[in-house]
Amino acid sequence: MNGEDFVTFSLTPLLIGSLAALSCALAGNFLVLRRQALVGDAISHVVLPGIVLAFLVTGTISTWPMLFGSAVAAVVAVVLIEAIRRFGRIEPGAAMGVVFTAMFAAGVLALEQSDTSGVHLDVEHALFGNLESLIWLDATGWASLVDPVALAGLPPELFRISLITVVIALCLAVFWRPLAISTFDEGFARTLGLPVRAIGLGIVIASALAAVAAFDAVGSIIVIAMFICPPAAARLMTNRLGAQVAWSVAFALIAATLGFTLAGSGPAWLGSENAVSAAGMIGTVAGVILACAALFGPARN
Amino acid sequence: MLRDALTFQLGYNATLVTVAAVLLGFAAGVTGTFLFLRKRALVSDAIAHATLPGIGIAFIALTLSGHDGRHLPGLLAGSAVTAMSGLFAVQWLSSRTRLSEDAAIGAVLSAHFSLGIVLLTVIQTMSTGRQAGLENFLLGSTAGMLLSDAILIALGGLLVVALVFLFRRPMSLVSFDPGFASTSGVRLDRIDLTMMGLVLGVTVVGLKVVGLILVVALLIIPPVTARFWTNRVELVVILAGAFGGIAAWLGAGLSASAPDLPTGPLIVLVSFCLFAVSMALAPRRGLLSSLVRHRRFQAGVHMRQGLLALAQGQPIYEPLTIRLLKARGLARADGMPTREGAVRAARALRDEKRWEVARATPELELAAARYDGLTQIEDVLTADQIAEIDHRIGPPEAVQ
Repeated sequence: MNGEDFVTFSLTPLLIGSLAALSCALAGNFLVLRRQALVGDAISHVVLPGIVLAFLVTGTISTWPMLFGSAVAAVVAVVLIEAIRRFGRIEPGAAMGVVFTAMFAAGVLALEQSDTSGVHLDVEHALFGNLESLIWLDATGWASLVDPVALAGLPPELFRISLITVVIALCLAVFWRPLAISTFDEGFARTLGLPVRAIGLGIVIASALAAVAAFDAVGSIIVIAMFICPPAAARLMTNRLGAQVAWSVAFALIAATLGFTLAGSGPAWLGSENAVSAAGMIGTVAGVILACAALFGPARN
Repeated sequence: MLRDALTFQLGYNATLVTVAAVLLGFAAGVTGTFLFLRKRALVSDAIAHATLPGIGIAFIALTLSGHDGRHLPGLLAGSAVTAMSGLFAVQWLSSRTRLSEDAAIGAVLSAHFSLGIVLLTVIQTMSTGRQAGLENFLLGSTAGMLLSDAILIALGGLLVVALVFLFRRPMSLVSFDPGFASTSGVRLDRIDLTMMGLVLGVTVVGLKVVGLILVVALLIIPPVTARFWTNRVELVVILAGAFGGIAAWLGAGLSASAPDLPTGPLIVLVSFCLFAVSMALAPRRGLLSSLVRHRRFQAGVHMRQGLLALAQGQPIYEPLTIRLLKARGLARADGMPTREGAVRAARALRDEKRWEVARATPELELAAARYDGLTQIEDVLTADQIAEIDHRIGPPEAVQ
């Protein structure tokens, strides 16, 4: 593949995939350490009803209502889970299972009932995303990177996911100490006067933001895989939080680039014409990385 | 239309689907109960998502060996194999590495599902793959179900129920008290494995009807619903099965009664409605009864404190207390006690005084520990003991 084709067809999906992986992995570190890994799972399921609801209200596929709808759905899910857990005295895993399956089912039903024939909205798209289609048609080569006219034609998903990644990275840098203290020793954090509950809620909200922005671009499969696999693998490599975050970033980027490359070019090396799902391949590579870390990681026990 | 569907009058195919779904719902509810009581409900989510690569591999293998790739028993066998590998991966990651079970579940779920998606796109490029309809396993599809498929699902459900009946004792023991179970000679790991094997069976059987994303709902929601109604494990199991069966029957019926109503999501939503009603209305554990209990307790505390204040001639500022006293005719609007209020207040003060003496008496220590500001001392001590206390306090004074 020459430079021109690369910039047009591969650069933007690769960037979007990497940024989605990055933002989810950053938030995922804290979910894994706080034993809330499955909050990521639940959030990525309830994004679907949120998006369907936004579509039913506005009648179009436009970004901001959808982001808003899925954020609302994520918050509703978290509140419902908490209510069932507390008032119904049900253990958190089961409470989560009740809420996210029911909300997902409602989303599917609403989708089947509404007339979505004119727009691109279906369950499979929500699950796998369509990373391969986020191409940059205005690009004519590397020179386009400095050409304002061509830059204006970049897929809008790229801006959104970049924005969210920057916001999450900034929050992480600014609130590093309180985050670390309240994650490892909540009692100590409380005696220091840190707002422990607010920090917990903030982590869930940041995860929801990452999930929604990544979902918009690449589908929910990458979201779950990136929330959990790179941070879990990083956890098996080191005992230090800083190093763990660094490892998870590295793993997420490796999974995104390797997965995207394998999906696009892998079948060709085996003599097949067609590419396979990039989102699926990225998730698979992340799983393989975790398997290697579980077998050989220096801090695996 | 709905009545026809629910009474199996809606034709051969709809009846077939409903019967298979009801058996599946019952089996899932019964099996899920043990999973829920063992606090491992979401392991089923990992198992369910791990079926997808197996379906893909089975389809490819069947097609390459010259068979029809859509052969349901073959696909289900394939799905069972990778579901098992997913289950072992969760067990291994959570027991042999420092990762907690929830991280292991999430990792296994997403990695297997991703691989499954890759295989689905591979199959779409195969010449026979375009019409494979394997995506239907994601959300289930009951359209055009064959008699042999329905029989397979029904038999699978029956087999699971029979096995649960066989292993019900060790499984309940392990669910409630793993420590006690292992000291009394039950092999924990084997029973856990049996339990998970049954869950795997339900998941595989349920793929066709509700799909792999929603099948966990059948395993989780009915047991949680049943738990609101009773504390006895046998009853939870039977109720969960019943709730699962009812949800499947209503869901399949509704789905058959109009177009564009997918069976799987409807079964899940009916199940959720049963859950919501149970959480709201169940006796003892339900929200409504908790609220009533809370109100009653609150009223009791306010009445008691209000009466004590009246007895000691202190002003009452708390609006709820005044309202409660007025409603019972014990106080007037200005906060002064009525005749009956004065009597009750004196009685409350005397009760409080008796408690005070009882708590200061070492022999009555045990009984006095039940003091909570609400219990009447007559409910705890004998008449003789109270007479002894009264002797120390002195005789009651007449209320003016």
